[in-house]
Amino acid sequence: MSGFNKVVSSYEEAMIGLSNNMTVLAGGFGLCGIPENLINQIKEMKVTGLTVVSNNCGVDGFGLGVLLEDRQIKKMIASYVGENKLFEDQLLSGELEVELTPQGTLAEKLRAGGAGIPGFYTATGYGTLVGEGKEVREFNGRKYILEQSITGDFAIAKAWKADRFGNLVFRHTAQNFNPLVATAGKITVVEVEEIVELGELEPSHIHTPGIYVDRVILGTFEKRIEQRTVR
Amino acid sequence: MALSREQLAQRVAQELKDGYYVNLGIGIPTLVVNYIPEGMEVMLQSENGLLGMGPFPTEDEVDPDMINAGKQTVTAIDGASIFSSAESFAMIRGGHVDLTVLGAFEVDVNGNIASWMIPKKLIKGMGGAMDLVAGADNIIVTMTHCSKDGESKLLTECTLPLTGAGCIKKVVTDLAYIEISEGKFWLKERAPNVSVEEIIKLTAGELMVPDFVPEMQF
Repeated sequence: MSGFNKVVSSYEEAMIGLSNNMTVLAGGFGLCGIPENLINQIKEMKVTGLTVVSNNCGVDGFGLGVLLEDRQIKKMIASYVGENKLFEDQLLSGELEVELTPQGTLAEKLRAGGAGIPGFYTATGYGTLVGEGKEVREFNGRKYILEQSITGDFAIAKAWKADRFGNLVFRHTAQNFNPLVATAGKITVVEVEEIVELGELEPSHIHTPGIYVDRVILGTFEKRIEQRTVR
Repeated sequence: MALSREQLAQRVAQELKDGYYVNLGIGIPTLVVNYIPEGMEVMLQSENGLLGMGPFPTEDEVDPDMINAGKQTVTAIDGASIFSSAESFAMIRGGHVDLTVLGAFEVDVNGNIASWMIPKKLIKGMGGAMDLVAGADNIIVTMTHCSKDGESKLLTECTLPLTGAGCIKKVVTDLAYIEISEGKFWLKERAPNVSVEEIIKLTAGELMVPDFVPEMQF
């Protein structure tokens, strides 16, 4: 019996159960804090027809961009996808469907999805293409649109440290969407830089409590930098 | 003389107040940070989840886990806080950010802004721009007064898909500082050595011009 021991020892084991046409929620902002090895594992598994929810879609040859190489993504839900030539090609040829979603709305869709709230009203996107076809309601004289939450079959996230209970701590701005996707996956898989002993993480400093996490795997990371800018 | 990018940023910086939390968009807005008046405390919010953004790192300080919303490597000041994207946009949507500065393709007399999409050209996405314009009460748009083809970007009605409806009240261009209310543009200041006539000529939407239009001061 493994009880609360979420730690798995291989990437194969980490992604068991992923199959064609599933929805995968992926943490990261740009290339910062992306679950790079879990993405590579999805590539190895050759599953197709995926709906992927992530703020961005990686770059050519790295991050979620690698899943475009064998056309594994059917639909992408993201806020910004401009860093990727292959993405552009598949979008223009109609092979890839894209649902552009404002970044804050995307974050809230995931937060709400994980929190059991099926939808919410937001002023973001009212009066724009994003609001078209969505219910509008007025509160205190201002108009808001109804946005539906997102949950996924799998969530893949990257954290800094975890313990075997799946408690997570993120490092710097590599946090971004990771704690949100972690709450919204039926199966949440997290790869980490370090697995620590129980009790090493200060309970009140834990970003994501282990209840949201199903599997933890120790990885090594390239951590590619998109825009290296120095003083 | 039309303002340079640096002068534009300098003029926008005059709108900063001590104790402001500020979100600066990509491009000209980012330059505003170089003109924060000496002794004034302004805290920069980066929507990927950082409050208290510092300068770019030195070569030794570069950390792939520390970036800004433009995906550039940055630093955090002492006293910074870091949080999730949901928390970040709660701050923005909830109206807790005092000032947002962002660029645009077009602005119109009703305060509509178009800044994210040119149909038939590559569509990259809106990122956080729609949330920023919907959430902030105090927004300054910085842009050139005209497009590269010489077309006015201050219109009666935006022609491009909107980023937000009825949310813009202040625009600083390379020619003028303009406010928006009652379905009109109001000329408040002109760039040094730019004539009121030229601004009128290059503003497509209805422009209200007072008898005296002061020059911007730097």
